[in-house]
Amino acid sequence: MKKNILLTISALALLSTKLSAQTTAPTINSGDTAWMIVATAFVLLMSIPGLALFYGGLVRRKNVLNVFMQIFILVAVISIEWVVVGYSNAFGSNSINILKPFIGGFDWAFLNNIGIGDLSPYFISHSQMGLNGTTVGTIPHIVFIMFQCMFAVITPALIVGAFAERINFKGFLIFSVLWSVFIYNPVAHWVWASDGWLLKLGALDFAGGTVVHINAGVAAIVTAIMLGKRRDYKGHAIPAHNITYVVMGAGLLWVGWFGFNAGSGLAADGLAGNALMVTHIAAATAALTWALLDWIIDKRPTVVGISTGAVGGLVAITPAAGFVGIPGALVIGVMVSLVCFCMVAYVKPRLGYDDSLDAFGVHGVGGILGAILTGVLASPFIQSSYSGAIYGNFHQLWIQLLAVGVTIIFSGIGTFILFKLVDKFVGLRASDKHEAIGLDETQHGETAYNNFD
Amino acid sequence: MKKIEAIIRKSKFEDAKQALYDAGIEWFSYWDITGLGKSTEEQIVRGQVFQSSYIHRRMLSIVVRDVNLEKTVNAILDSAWTGETGDGKIFIYDIEDTYRIRTRESGSDALYNKEQGEESK
Repeated sequence: MKKNILLTISALALLSTKLSAQTTAPTINSGDTAWMIVATAFVLLMSIPGLALFYGGLVRRKNVLNVFMQIFILVAVISIEWVVVGYSNAFGSNSINILKPFIGGFDWAFLNNIGIGDLSPYFISHSQMGLNGTTVGTIPHIVFIMFQCMFAVITPALIVGAFAERINFKGFLIFSVLWSVFIYNPVAHWVWASDGWLLKLGALDFAGGTVVHINAGVAAIVTAIMLGKRRDYKGHAIPAHNITYVVMGAGLLWVGWFGFNAGSGLAADGLAGNALMVTHIAAATAALTWALLDWIIDKRPTVVGISTGAVGGLVAITPAAGFVGIPGALVIGVMVSLVCFCMVAYVKPRLGYDDSLDAFGVHGVGGILGAILTGVLASPFIQSSYSGAIYGNFHQLWIQLLAVGVTIIFSGIGTFILFKLVDKFVGLRASDKHEAIGLDETQHGETAYNNFD
Repeated sequence: MKKIEAIIRKSKFEDAKQALYDAGIEWFSYWDITGLGKSTEEQIVRGQVFQSSYIHRRMLSIVVRDVNLEKTVNAILDSAWTGETGDGKIFIYDIEDTYRIRTRESGSDALYNKEQGEESK
């Protein structure tokens, strides 16, 4: 009896030390962290060289370096902007209560107050009790910051496709930085920050369909229209100068997108596995659908077509990657190629605007479609607390539509204002002569393909 | 001495090459050219079908002795022909002089290899 009591007491003591250990010292999960570091590298790969090759191959050879340079310098500049103010504005909390749902403050400017041992305050499925009774994720905070940095980098880089071949480099750079600060950071805050108003409303955006693709896509069409057509735009696409680059770019985007989507669960778990799977299947379905459309309508399956289709599928599955299964991925893949094909083949020529590389036609339209279809197809079998219209939850669809609408309006108006400002004070359109000679030579003093031994 | 410049279809290049070898031409240079003209070719980019006026052809450049002019031109005329519009053109120029750098030979002597006999160029 005495022995028993002693045992019970010692067991209780053991239990209590175990409990207190759990509440006082949350631990980093090395599996999750390893995957998130790799995923971060994957998302960087999407910008350079993925998107650079995809866009660079589509322009004429006199402008290929200019496109590479635009994307490369955005990687440099936006990364710095991100640690200086971007992360704090997008994911931090604001001391002014009324602004809390709309924009973060400056507590984390220069990543101040963030230690290397701190755990990420953001998490999806893997969480634990942290100090002071807060819930934290299982990866270091700084890894989350770097992962998100790559998203901040690629978003303005996507807009490059709209104004390619006719923008002055200085104006482009100033515009892109301002756009990141005043458009990207607030929208990221609305959708992803813990006190963001769209998040609280219940808008679903797993990996950035709204924040990245709709946001950039709408900015793309606004800048394309405001900047005007290229001097020799004749109402149809100007043929790509190097389709092999386009294929390499699309391939690297596809690979990188595994980090983008499967990393957005912030853990190495089944949800990441689902995101990986549906991302791959949606891209495959969309690629095949576009190739078939080409084949049936224009007699031959084109390489630019299948590459575009794959990218469209990747864009559209982005918001849905953590909420839909295989049926959803198949529907999204087919739908996005049908809609984007019609957009770039029929609607764009009718409307007459010059979106050089279809940044709006693929990223904007694909993003909008993906965000809406997430509200339709979200399956409770993936994450039990989320379901879409086909499971009877029409409320989710309305919220998705609201989030899409608000993003379109905010990005549209914001881009318009920033464009006007930069155009007035710096100038955005390259001179006619520079455009004719090519931006490689006139903006950078270099040419891409030289015959020096 | 004459220089023959011929613009031919890319699809007929292999045939022309063989015909020139058969005619005893040992060496010629060629390059890809792009021309602009009234004729157009259909092009498709992302579902948009349009007419492109850029026409791709290949140019050959051959310098021969006068005695070999006719058979060289005939070789090209026969091998590059399809009968459709766009088969190309052949231009003939006079060459003032030729030097072989290795031996400093000049004139038509520089155009063929004496050691290998008179049949070529």
